[in-house]
Amino acid sequence: MLNAHDILETIHMIQDEHLDVRTITMGISLLDCAHSDLDTMCTRVYDKITRHAEHLVKTGEDIEREFGIPIINKRISVTPAAMVLAACDNKDAIKLAYALERAAAACGVNFLGGYSALVQKGFGPGDRELMESIPQALAETEHICSSVNIGSTKAGLNMDAVAMMGRIVKQTAELTADRQCIGAAKLVVFCNAPEDNPFMAGAFHGPGEPDVEINVGVSGPGVVRAALAKAGDCDLTAVADIIKKTAFKITRMGQLVATEASKRLGVPFGIVDLSLAPTPAVGDSVAHILEEIGLESCGGYGTTAALALLNDAVKKGGVMASSHVGGLSGAFIPVTEDAGMIAAATSGALRLEKLEAMTAVCSVGLDMINIPGDTTPEVIAAIIADEAAIGMVNSKTTAVRVIPAIGKTVGDTLSFGGLLGEGPVMAVNPASPARFIGRGGRIPAPMQSLKN
Amino acid sequence: MKRAVITVIGHDTVGILANIATACAEHKVNVLEVTQSVLQDMFVMMMMVDVTACDIPFAEFAEEMAGLGKKMNLSVQAMNEEIFNAMHTI
Repeated sequence: MLNAHDILETIHMIQDEHLDVRTITMGISLLDCAHSDLDTMCTRVYDKITRHAEHLVKTGEDIEREFGIPIINKRISVTPAAMVLAACDNKDAIKLAYALERAAAACGVNFLGGYSALVQKGFGPGDRELMESIPQALAETEHICSSVNIGSTKAGLNMDAVAMMGRIVKQTAELTADRQCIGAAKLVVFCNAPEDNPFMAGAFHGPGEPDVEINVGVSGPGVVRAALAKAGDCDLTAVADIIKKTAFKITRMGQLVATEASKRLGVPFGIVDLSLAPTPAVGDSVAHILEEIGLESCGGYGTTAALALLNDAVKKGGVMASSHVGGLSGAFIPVTEDAGMIAAATSGALRLEKLEAMTAVCSVGLDMINIPGDTTPEVIAAIIADEAAIGMVNSKTTAVRVIPAIGKTVGDTLSFGGLLGEGPVMAVNPASPARFIGRGGRIPAPMQSLKN
Repeated sequence: MKRAVITVIGHDTVGILANIATACAEHKVNVLEVTQSVLQDMFVMMMMVDVTACDIPFAEFAEEMAGLGKKMNLSVQAMNEEIFNAMHTI
Protein backbone atom coordinates (compact mmCIF):
# COMPACT_ATOMS: atom_id res chain seq x y z
CA MET A 1 0.00 0.00 0.00
CA LEU A 2 1.34 3.40 -0.90
CA ASN A 3 1.98 5.91 1.78
CA ALA A 4 2.45 9.65 1.62
CA HIS A 5 6.13 9.45 2.50
CA ASP A 6 6.90 7.17 -0.47
CA ILE A 7 4.96 9.35 -2.90
CA LEU A 8 6.69 12.51 -1.76
CA GLU A 9 10.08 10.79 -1.85
CA THR A 10 9.62 9.85 -5.51
CA ILE A 11 8.47 13.33 -6.47
CA HIS A 12 11.34 14.88 -4.54
CA MET A 13 13.84 12.57 -6.30
CA ILE A 14 12.54 13.59 -9.72
CA GLN A 15 12.08 17.31 -9.08
CA ASP A 16 15.07 18.12 -6.89
CA GLU A 17 17.60 15.32 -7.24
CA HIS A 18 17.70 14.81 -11.02
CA LEU A 19 16.28 11.30 -11.00
CA ASP A 20 15.72 10.30 -14.59
CA VAL A 21 15.94 7.52 -17.07
CA ARG A 22 19.03 8.45 -19.02
CA THR A 23 18.24 6.60 -22.21
CA ILE A 24 15.92 4.26 -24.02
CA THR A 25 18.06 2.68 -26.69
CA MET A 26 16.63 0.54 -29.45
CA GLY A 27 19.12 -2.05 -30.66
CA ILE A 28 18.61 -2.98 -34.30
CA SER A 29 20.42 -5.74 -36.14
CA LEU A 30 21.64 -4.78 -39.61
CA LEU A 31 22.91 -8.25 -40.48
CA ASP A 32 20.03 -8.88 -42.87
CA CYS A 33 20.79 -5.60 -44.68
CA ALA A 34 24.12 -6.86 -46.01
CA HIS A 35 24.46 -6.76 -49.80
CA SER A 36 27.33 -6.84 -52.25
CA ASP A 37 26.20 -3.49 -53.69
CA LEU A 38 26.96 -0.66 -51.27
CA ASP A 39 24.11 1.61 -52.36
CA THR A 40 21.54 -1.18 -52.08
CA MET A 41 22.86 -1.97 -48.63
CA CYS A 42 22.62 1.68 -47.54
CA THR A 43 18.99 1.81 -48.69
CA ARG A 44 18.22 -1.37 -46.77
CA VAL A 45 19.94 -0.01 -43.66
CA TYR A 46 17.98 3.25 -43.82
CA ASP A 47 14.69 1.44 -44.40
CA LYS A 48 15.19 -1.05 -41.58
CA ILE A 49 16.19 1.54 -39.00
CA THR A 50 13.40 3.95 -39.84
CA ARG A 51 10.85 1.13 -39.97
CA HIS A 52 11.63 -0.09 -36.47
CA ALA A 53 12.53 3.18 -34.75
CA GLU A 54 9.87 5.37 -36.36
CA HIS A 55 7.87 5.61 -33.14
CA LEU A 56 10.75 5.37 -30.66
CA VAL A 57 10.98 9.05 -29.80
CA LYS A 58 7.23 9.58 -29.59
CA THR A 59 6.77 6.47 -27.44
CA GLY A 60 9.52 7.68 -25.12
CA GLU A 61 7.88 11.09 -24.83
CA ASP A 62 4.46 9.52 -24.16
CA ILE A 63 5.87 7.40 -21.34
CA GLU A 64 7.65 10.44 -19.98
CA ARG A 65 4.43 12.43 -19.81
CA GLU A 66 2.20 9.66 -18.57
CA PHE A 67 4.49 8.43 -15.82
CA GLY A 68 6.01 11.75 -14.95
CA ILE A 69 9.53 10.31 -15.36
CA PRO A 70 12.01 12.37 -17.36
CA ILE A 71 13.55 10.26 -20.14
CA ILE A 72 16.52 12.27 -21.33
CA ASN A 73 17.62 10.44 -24.46
CA LYS A 74 16.10 8.22 -27.09
CA ARG A 75 18.77 6.47 -29.08
CA ILE A 76 19.49 3.73 -31.56
CA SER A 77 22.30 1.20 -31.58
CA VAL A 78 23.03 -0.95 -34.61
CA THR A 79 25.16 -3.93 -35.57
CA PRO A 80 28.83 -2.91 -35.80
CA ALA A 81 28.88 -1.26 -39.21
CA ALA A 82 32.07 -3.05 -40.27
CA MET A 83 30.21 -6.38 -40.11
CA VAL A 84 27.67 -5.35 -42.74
CA LEU A 85 30.27 -3.49 -44.76
CA ALA A 86 32.15 -6.79 -45.05
CA ALA A 87 29.64 -8.01 -47.64
CA CYS A 88 30.13 -5.05 -50.01
CA ASP A 89 32.40 -5.16 -53.03
CA ASN A 90 33.01 -1.45 -52.66
CA LYS A 91 33.97 -0.73 -49.04
CA ASP A 92 33.55 3.04 -49.11
CA ALA A 93 32.39 3.16 -45.49
CA ILE A 94 31.53 6.84 -45.44
CA LYS A 95 28.43 6.18 -47.57
CA LEU A 96 27.17 3.92 -44.83
CA ALA A 97 27.85 6.67 -42.28
CA TYR A 98 25.70 9.06 -44.30
CA ALA A 99 22.90 6.49 -44.53
CA LEU A 100 23.00 5.97 -40.75
CA GLU A 101 22.98 9.73 -40.20
CA ARG A 102 19.94 10.15 -42.45
CA ALA A 103 18.15 7.37 -40.56
CA ALA A 104 19.01 8.89 -37.17
CA ALA A 105 17.80 12.32 -38.27
CA ALA A 106 14.58 10.87 -39.72
CA CYS A 107 13.82 9.08 -36.42
CA GLY A 108 14.62 12.19 -34.37
CA VAL A 109 16.95 10.36 -31.96
CA ASN A 110 19.79 12.04 -30.06
CA PHE A 111 22.48 9.62 -31.17
CA LEU A 112 22.97 6.48 -33.22
CA GLY A 113 25.76 4.18 -32.07
CA GLY A 114 27.36 1.32 -33.92
CA TYR A 115 29.72 2.87 -36.42
CA SER A 116 31.96 0.23 -34.97
CA ALA A 117 34.38 -2.57 -35.57
CA LEU A 118 35.28 -5.56 -33.39
CA VAL A 119 38.95 -6.27 -34.00
CA GLN A 120 40.17 -7.74 -30.71
CA LYS A 121 41.87 -10.65 -32.46
CA GLY A 122 42.46 -9.27 -35.93
CA PHE A 123 40.97 -7.39 -38.86
CA GLY A 124 38.15 -8.91 -40.88
CA PRO A 125 36.94 -7.65 -44.25
CA GLY A 126 35.72 -4.08 -43.94
CA ASP A 127 37.25 -3.46 -40.49
CA ARG A 128 40.23 -1.39 -41.62
CA GLU A 129 38.16 0.55 -44.15
CA LEU A 130 35.62 1.42 -41.51
CA MET A 131 38.23 2.42 -38.93
CA GLU A 132 40.04 4.65 -41.41
CA SER A 133 36.75 6.40 -42.23
CA ILE A 134 35.93 7.21 -38.57
CA PRO A 135 37.51 10.71 -38.50
CA GLN A 136 35.61 11.82 -41.60
CA ALA A 137 32.38 10.11 -40.51
CA LEU A 138 32.39 11.82 -37.12
CA ALA A 139 33.30 15.18 -38.64
CA GLU A 140 30.58 15.08 -41.28
CA THR A 141 27.71 13.63 -39.30
CA GLU A 142 25.95 14.90 -36.23
CA HIS A 143 24.34 11.86 -34.62
CA ILE A 144 26.73 9.02 -35.33
CA CYS A 145 28.81 7.54 -32.52
CA SER A 146 31.68 5.20 -33.12
CA SER A 147 33.49 2.55 -31.12
CA VAL A 148 36.19 0.00 -31.75
CA ASN A 149 36.85 -3.05 -29.59
CA ILE A 150 40.58 -3.66 -29.63
CA GLY A 151 40.91 -6.31 -26.95
CA SER A 152 39.23 -8.86 -24.73
CA THR A 153 40.12 -11.19 -21.88
CA LYS A 154 39.73 -14.17 -24.21
CA ALA A 155 41.57 -12.74 -27.22
CA GLY A 156 44.21 -10.46 -25.71
CA LEU A 157 44.99 -7.07 -27.20
CA ASN A 158 45.31 -6.34 -30.91
CA MET A 159 48.19 -3.88 -30.71
CA ASP A 160 48.07 -3.09 -34.44
CA ALA A 161 44.53 -1.85 -33.87
CA VAL A 162 45.65 0.03 -30.74
CA ALA A 163 48.34 1.85 -32.75
CA MET A 164 45.78 2.65 -35.44
CA MET A 165 43.31 4.00 -32.92
CA GLY A 166 45.92 6.31 -31.40
CA ARG A 167 46.24 7.91 -34.81
CA ILE A 168 42.50 7.85 -35.54
CA VAL A 169 41.56 9.50 -32.24
CA LYS A 170 43.99 12.31 -33.00
CA GLN A 171 42.77 12.70 -36.60
CA THR A 172 39.16 12.74 -35.43
CA ALA A 173 39.97 15.64 -33.08
CA GLU A 174 41.89 17.46 -35.81
CA LEU A 175 39.03 17.24 -38.29
CA THR A 176 36.68 18.82 -35.76
CA ALA A 177 39.20 21.29 -34.28
CA ASP A 178 36.89 24.17 -35.24
CA ARG A 179 34.11 22.61 -33.13
CA GLN A 180 35.95 22.00 -29.86
CA CYS A 181 37.31 18.71 -31.27
CA ILE A 182 33.88 17.18 -30.64
CA GLY A 183 34.44 14.27 -33.03
CA ALA A 184 36.71 12.58 -30.50
CA ALA A 185 33.95 12.85 -27.87
CA LYS A 186 31.89 10.48 -30.02
CA LEU A 187 34.58 7.82 -30.33
CA VAL A 188 35.28 5.09 -27.77
CA VAL A 189 38.02 2.48 -27.82
CA PHE A 190 36.98 -0.59 -25.84
CA CYS A 191 38.38 -3.69 -24.26
CA ASN A 192 35.67 -6.29 -23.48
CA ALA A 193 32.95 -4.13 -25.05
CA PRO A 194 29.45 -5.13 -23.91
CA GLU A 195 27.12 -6.01 -26.77
CA ASP A 196 23.96 -4.61 -25.22
CA ASN A 197 25.19 -1.28 -23.88
CA PRO A 198 22.53 1.44 -24.21
CA PHE A 199 24.91 4.29 -23.37
CA MET A 200 26.74 6.44 -25.90
CA ALA A 201 29.20 6.83 -27.37
CA GLY A 202 29.96 3.12 -27.00
CA ALA A 203 26.57 1.60 -27.82
CA PHE A 204 26.34 -1.02 -30.53
CA HIS A 205 24.06 -3.97 -31.14
CA GLY A 206 26.22 -7.07 -30.83
CA PRO A 207 25.99 -10.04 -33.18
CA GLY A 208 24.54 -12.24 -30.42
CA GLU A 209 21.58 -9.96 -29.81
CA PRO A 210 18.04 -10.45 -31.16
CA ASP A 211 16.81 -8.70 -34.31
CA VAL A 212 15.46 -5.71 -32.39
CA GLU A 213 15.36 -4.99 -28.65
CA ILE A 214 14.91 -2.25 -26.10
CA ASN A 215 17.67 -1.51 -23.59
CA VAL A 216 17.33 1.10 -20.89
CA GLY A 217 20.02 3.00 -19.01
CA VAL A 218 19.11 4.49 -15.65
CA SER A 219 20.82 7.30 -13.83
CA GLY A 220 20.58 9.04 -10.50
CA PRO A 221 23.86 10.16 -8.88
CA GLY A 222 21.97 13.08 -7.34
CA VAL A 223 19.55 10.75 -5.57
CA VAL A 224 22.37 8.65 -4.11
CA ARG A 225 24.23 11.72 -2.89
CA ALA A 226 21.09 13.17 -1.30
CA ALA A 227 20.34 9.87 0.48
CA LEU A 228 23.88 9.77 1.89
CA ALA A 229 23.69 13.40 2.96
CA LYS A 230 20.48 12.72 4.84
CA ALA A 231 22.07 9.75 6.65
CA GLY A 232 24.86 11.85 8.14
CA ASP A 233 27.83 10.22 9.91
CA CYS A 234 27.07 6.52 9.63
CA ASP A 235 29.75 3.87 9.08
CA LEU A 236 30.66 2.48 5.65
CA THR A 237 28.49 -0.63 6.09
CA ALA A 238 25.53 1.70 6.42
CA VAL A 239 26.77 3.77 3.47
CA ALA A 240 26.80 0.66 1.28
CA ASP A 241 23.34 -0.23 2.51
CA ILE A 242 21.91 3.21 1.69
CA ILE A 243 23.40 3.08 -1.82
CA LYS A 244 21.93 -0.38 -2.39
CA LYS A 245 18.45 0.72 -1.34
CA THR A 246 18.61 3.82 -3.49
CA ALA A 247 19.95 1.89 -6.49
CA PHE A 248 17.07 -0.55 -6.08
CA LYS A 249 14.51 2.24 -6.35
CA ILE A 250 16.24 3.88 -9.31
CA THR A 251 16.47 0.58 -11.15
CA ARG A 252 12.84 -0.32 -10.50
CA MET A 253 11.90 2.87 -12.28
CA GLY A 254 14.16 1.92 -15.19
CA GLN A 255 12.64 -1.54 -15.33
CA LEU A 256 9.15 -0.05 -15.41
CA VAL A 257 10.07 2.25 -18.30
CA ALA A 258 11.81 -0.57 -20.16
CA THR A 259 8.84 -2.92 -19.81
CA GLU A 260 6.41 -0.22 -20.87
CA ALA A 261 8.50 0.87 -23.87
CA SER A 262 8.95 -2.74 -24.94
CA LYS A 263 5.19 -3.35 -24.74
CA ARG A 264 4.23 -0.22 -26.63
CA LEU A 265 6.79 -0.65 -29.38
CA GLY A 266 6.21 -4.38 -29.72
CA VAL A 267 9.92 -5.01 -29.32
CA PRO A 268 11.44 -7.44 -26.78
CA PHE A 269 12.98 -6.01 -23.64
CA GLY A 270 16.74 -6.60 -23.52
CA ILE A 271 18.38 -5.28 -20.39
CA VAL A 272 18.47 -2.50 -17.85
CA ASP A 273 21.92 -0.98 -17.49
CA LEU A 274 22.42 -0.22 -13.80
CA SER A 275 24.56 2.80 -14.18
CA LEU A 276 25.12 5.96 -12.24
CA ALA A 277 25.53 8.33 -15.16
CA PRO A 278 26.35 11.89 -14.16
CA THR A 279 25.48 15.07 -16.02
CA PRO A 280 27.22 18.43 -15.80
CA ALA A 281 24.22 19.79 -13.85
CA VAL A 282 24.94 20.71 -10.25
CA GLY A 283 23.67 17.94 -7.99
CA ASP A 284 24.04 15.14 -10.54
CA SER A 285 27.66 14.19 -9.96
CA VAL A 286 29.37 10.89 -9.13
CA ALA A 287 32.38 12.82 -7.76
CA HIS A 288 30.07 14.51 -5.27
CA ILE A 289 28.90 11.11 -4.02
CA LEU A 290 32.53 10.19 -3.31
CA GLU A 291 32.97 13.49 -1.52
CA GLU A 292 29.75 12.88 0.43
CA ILE A 293 31.22 9.53 1.52
CA GLY A 294 34.00 11.54 3.10
CA LEU A 295 36.69 12.71 0.70
CA GLU A 296 37.80 16.32 0.63
CA SER A 297 38.07 16.09 -3.13
CA CYS A 298 37.55 13.40 -5.71
CA GLY A 299 41.02 12.31 -6.86
CA GLY A 300 42.63 12.26 -3.42
CA TYR A 301 43.65 9.05 -1.64
CA GLY A 302 40.58 7.05 -0.72
CA THR A 303 38.91 7.77 -4.06
CA THR A 304 39.50 4.29 -5.49
CA ALA A 305 38.22 2.57 -2.34
CA ALA A 306 35.14 4.78 -2.10
CA LEU A 307 34.40 4.23 -5.77
CA ALA A 308 34.78 0.46 -5.38
CA LEU A 309 32.21 0.54 -2.59
CA LEU A 310 29.85 2.71 -4.63
CA ASN A 311 30.15 0.63 -7.78
CA ASP A 312 29.55 -2.65 -6.01
CA ALA A 313 26.61 -1.36 -3.97
CA VAL A 314 24.93 0.05 -7.10
CA LYS A 315 25.09 -3.38 -8.72
CA LYS A 316 23.90 -5.23 -5.63
CA GLY A 317 20.93 -2.92 -5.23
CA GLY A 318 20.08 -2.85 -8.89
CA VAL A 319 20.32 -6.54 -9.69
CA MET A 320 17.28 -7.47 -7.64
CA ALA A 321 15.23 -4.66 -9.13
CA SER A 322 15.51 -5.78 -12.73
CA SER A 323 14.72 -9.01 -14.51
CA HIS A 324 17.69 -8.68 -16.87
CA VAL A 325 20.77 -6.62 -16.19
CA GLY A 326 23.48 -5.88 -18.69
CA GLY A 327 25.41 -3.22 -20.53
CA LEU A 328 28.06 -1.43 -18.53
CA SER A 329 26.26 -1.45 -15.17
CA GLY A 330 28.32 0.55 -12.70
CA ALA A 331 29.34 4.07 -11.82
CA PHE A 332 30.53 6.22 -14.70
CA ILE A 333 33.38 8.67 -14.26
CA PRO A 334 33.34 10.87 -17.37
CA VAL A 335 35.33 13.96 -16.43
CA THR A 336 33.69 16.65 -18.56
CA GLU A 337 30.18 15.33 -17.86
CA ASP A 338 30.44 15.56 -14.08
CA ALA A 339 30.47 18.87 -12.19
CA GLY A 340 32.49 17.39 -9.31
CA MET A 341 35.06 15.79 -11.61
CA ILE A 342 35.44 19.04 -13.56
CA ALA A 343 36.11 20.91 -10.32
CA ALA A 344 38.58 18.28 -9.08
CA ALA A 345 40.43 18.20 -12.41
CA THR A 346 40.56 21.99 -12.55
CA SER A 347 41.95 22.27 -9.02
CA GLY A 348 44.57 19.61 -9.79
CA ALA A 349 43.23 17.14 -7.21
CA LEU A 350 42.20 14.69 -9.92
CA ARG A 351 44.88 13.54 -12.32
CA LEU A 352 44.98 11.11 -15.20
CA GLU A 353 46.93 8.51 -13.20
CA LYS A 354 44.28 8.46 -10.47
CA LEU A 355 41.53 8.19 -13.05
CA GLU A 356 43.28 5.15 -14.48
CA ALA A 357 43.36 3.53 -11.05
CA MET A 358 39.67 4.33 -10.57
CA THR A 359 38.78 2.54 -13.79
CA ALA A 360 40.01 -0.72 -12.29
CA VAL A 361 37.10 -0.73 -9.85
CA CYS A 362 34.25 0.89 -11.72
CA SER A 363 32.32 0.81 -14.92
CA VAL A 364 33.92 1.96 -18.18
CA GLY A 365 37.29 3.70 -18.19
CA LEU A 366 39.10 6.90 -19.05
CA ASP A 367 36.07 8.79 -20.21
CA MET A 368 35.65 12.30 -21.60
CA ILE A 369 39.14 13.48 -20.73
CA ASN A 370 40.63 16.44 -22.57
CA ILE A 371 44.33 16.00 -23.25
CA PRO A 372 46.84 18.46 -24.75
CA GLY A 373 46.55 18.90 -28.51
CA ASP A 374 50.21 18.06 -29.04
CA THR A 375 49.87 14.60 -27.47
CA THR A 376 51.36 12.17 -30.00
CA PRO A 377 49.33 9.34 -31.54
CA GLU A 378 51.76 6.91 -29.88
CA VAL A 379 51.02 8.30 -26.42
CA ILE A 380 47.26 8.10 -27.11
CA ALA A 381 47.75 4.52 -28.30
CA ALA A 382 49.71 3.72 -25.12
CA ILE A 383 46.96 5.25 -22.96
CA ILE A 384 44.53 2.95 -24.79
CA ALA A 385 46.86 -0.04 -24.28
CA ASP A 386 47.24 0.58 -20.54
CA GLU A 387 43.52 0.96 -20.05
CA ALA A 388 42.75 -2.09 -22.17
CA ALA A 389 45.28 -4.12 -20.17
CA ILE A 390 43.36 -3.32 -16.98
CA GLY A 391 40.17 -4.55 -18.61
CA MET A 392 41.78 -7.62 -20.14
CA VAL A 393 43.42 -8.83 -16.94
CA ASN A 394 40.44 -8.06 -14.69
CA SER A 395 37.78 -9.48 -17.03
CA LYS A 396 35.91 -6.21 -17.15
CA THR A 397 34.99 -3.58 -19.67
CA THR A 398 37.38 -0.68 -19.97
CA ALA A 399 37.33 2.09 -22.52
CA VAL A 400 39.15 5.20 -23.57
CA ARG A 401 37.43 8.32 -24.78
CA VAL A 402 40.03 11.08 -24.72
CA ILE A 403 39.72 14.33 -26.63
CA PRO A 404 42.99 15.78 -27.93
CA ALA A 405 42.39 19.53 -27.63
CA ILE A 406 43.97 20.65 -30.88
CA GLY A 407 45.81 23.94 -30.45
CA LYS A 408 45.31 23.90 -26.69
CA THR A 409 47.33 22.84 -23.71
CA VAL A 410 47.08 22.17 -19.98
CA GLY A 411 44.87 24.74 -18.29
CA ASP A 412 42.81 25.54 -21.39
CA THR A 413 39.22 24.39 -21.61
CA LEU A 414 37.14 22.49 -24.15
CA SER A 415 33.43 23.14 -24.00
CA PHE A 416 31.09 20.74 -25.80
CA GLY A 417 27.77 21.88 -24.37
CA GLY A 418 24.78 19.74 -23.41
CA LEU A 419 25.35 16.42 -21.69
CA LEU A 420 28.93 16.23 -22.96
CA GLY A 421 29.79 19.20 -20.74
CA GLU A 422 33.12 20.94 -20.59
CA GLY A 423 36.41 20.51 -18.83
CA PRO A 424 40.04 21.47 -18.48
CA VAL A 425 42.82 20.01 -20.58
CA MET A 426 44.61 17.58 -18.27
CA ALA A 427 48.33 16.88 -18.17
CA VAL A 428 49.60 13.75 -19.90
CA ASN A 429 52.96 12.10 -19.24
CA PRO A 430 54.79 12.84 -22.52
CA ALA A 431 57.51 10.14 -22.24
CA SER A 432 57.52 8.33 -25.57
CA PRO A 433 56.13 4.79 -25.88
CA ALA A 434 56.77 4.95 -29.65
CA ARG A 435 58.97 1.86 -29.85
CA PHE A 436 56.52 -0.22 -27.80
CA ILE A 437 53.56 0.86 -29.91
CA GLY A 438 55.56 0.56 -33.14
CA ARG A 439 56.20 -3.14 -32.51
CA GLY A 440 52.61 -4.04 -33.34
CA GLY A 441 51.42 -7.63 -33.03
CA ARG A 442 49.22 -8.92 -30.25
CA ILE A 443 49.45 -9.06 -26.48
CA PRO A 444 48.44 -12.65 -25.68
CA ALA A 445 45.31 -13.33 -23.65
CA PRO A 446 46.04 -13.54 -19.93
CA MET A 447 45.90 -16.53 -17.63
CA GLN A 448 42.58 -16.82 -15.93
CA SER A 449 43.63 -19.48 -13.45
CA LEU A 450 46.64 -20.06 -11.16
CA LYS A 451 45.84 -16.66 -9.76
CA ASN A 452 48.15 -16.88 -6.77
CA MET B 1 -8.87 0.04 -13.09
CA LYS B 2 -6.15 2.53 -14.05
CA ARG B 3 -5.16 4.65 -11.11
CA ALA B 4 -3.11 7.77 -10.69
CA VAL B 5 -1.82 9.84 -7.81
CA ILE B 6 -2.34 13.59 -7.77
CA THR B 7 -0.12 15.52 -5.38
CA VAL B 8 -0.57 19.15 -4.50
CA ILE B 9 2.07 21.08 -2.60
CA GLY B 10 2.14 24.79 -1.84
CA HIS B 11 0.84 27.59 0.32
CA ASP B 12 -2.62 27.00 1.67
CA THR B 13 -5.33 29.05 0.00
CA VAL B 14 -9.09 28.85 -0.26
CA GLY B 15 -10.51 26.36 -2.74
CA ILE B 16 -7.57 24.09 -3.54
CA LEU B 17 -9.46 20.84 -3.01
CA ALA B 18 -12.53 22.25 -4.74
CA ASN B 19 -10.60 23.34 -7.82
CA ILE B 20 -8.73 20.06 -8.22
CA ALA B 21 -11.81 17.95 -7.59
CA THR B 22 -13.83 20.00 -10.08
CA ALA B 23 -11.16 19.53 -12.75
CA CYS B 24 -11.21 15.79 -12.06
CA ALA B 25 -14.98 15.64 -12.33
CA GLU B 26 -14.93 17.53 -15.62
CA HIS B 27 -12.81 14.76 -17.11
CA LYS B 28 -14.72 11.89 -15.47
CA VAL B 29 -11.83 11.15 -13.15
CA ASN B 30 -13.15 9.56 -9.96
CA VAL B 31 -11.56 10.52 -6.65
CA LEU B 32 -10.96 7.36 -4.58
CA GLU B 33 -9.02 8.63 -1.59
CA VAL B 34 -7.78 11.95 -0.28
CA THR B 35 -5.27 12.73 2.42
CA GLN B 36 -4.23 16.21 3.23
CA SER B 37 -2.25 17.98 5.88
CA VAL B 38 -1.32 21.56 6.59
CA LEU B 39 2.02 22.09 8.28
CA GLN B 40 2.27 25.72 9.34
CA ASP B 41 0.99 27.27 6.12
CA MET B 42 2.27 24.58 3.74
CA PHE B 43 -0.47 22.54 2.20
CA VAL B 44 0.19 18.95 1.11
CA MET B 45 -2.58 16.92 -0.48
CA MET B 46 -2.52 13.54 -2.12
CA MET B 47 -5.39 12.06 -4.06
CA MET B 48 -5.72 8.55 -5.41
CA VAL B 49 -7.91 8.79 -8.48
CA ASP B 50 -9.38 6.37 -11.00
CA VAL B 51 -8.58 7.55 -14.51
CA THR B 52 -10.12 4.58 -16.34
CA ALA B 53 -12.98 6.71 -17.67
CA CYS B 54 -10.94 9.86 -18.21
CA ASP B 55 -12.21 11.55 -21.39
CA ILE B 56 -8.78 12.75 -22.54
CA PRO B 57 -5.42 10.92 -22.76
CA PHE B 58 -3.76 10.74 -19.35
CA ALA B 59 -0.73 12.74 -20.52
CA GLU B 60 -3.03 15.65 -21.39
CA PHE B 61 -4.84 15.33 -18.09
CA ALA B 62 -1.49 15.48 -16.28
CA GLU B 63 -0.55 18.61 -18.22
CA GLU B 64 -3.89 20.22 -17.41
CA MET B 65 -3.35 19.48 -13.71
CA ALA B 66 0.12 21.03 -13.82
CA GLY B 67 -1.34 24.10 -15.57
CA LEU B 68 -4.08 24.39 -12.96
CA GLY B 69 -1.39 24.25 -10.29
CA LYS B 70 0.52 27.06 -11.91
CA LYS B 71 -2.60 29.25 -11.92
CA MET B 72 -3.04 28.69 -8.17
CA ASN B 73 0.69 29.02 -7.51
CA LEU B 74 0.92 25.40 -6.38
CA SER B 75 2.91 22.40 -7.51
CA VAL B 76 0.39 19.90 -8.86
CA GLN B 77 1.47 16.55 -10.29
CA ALA B 78 -0.65 13.79 -11.70
CA MET B 79 1.37 10.61 -12.10
CA ASN B 80 0.57 7.05 -13.01
CA GLU B 81 0.34 4.98 -9.84
CA GLU B 82 2.63 2.30 -11.27
CA ILE B 83 5.80 4.34 -10.76
CA PHE B 84 5.19 4.51 -7.01
CA ASN B 85 4.36 0.81 -6.82
CA ALA B 86 7.49 -0.05 -8.76
CA MET B 87 9.78 2.01 -6.59
CA HIS B 88 8.36 1.31 -3.16
CA THR B 89 7.03 -2.23 -3.18
CA ILE B 90 8.91 -5.45 -3.76
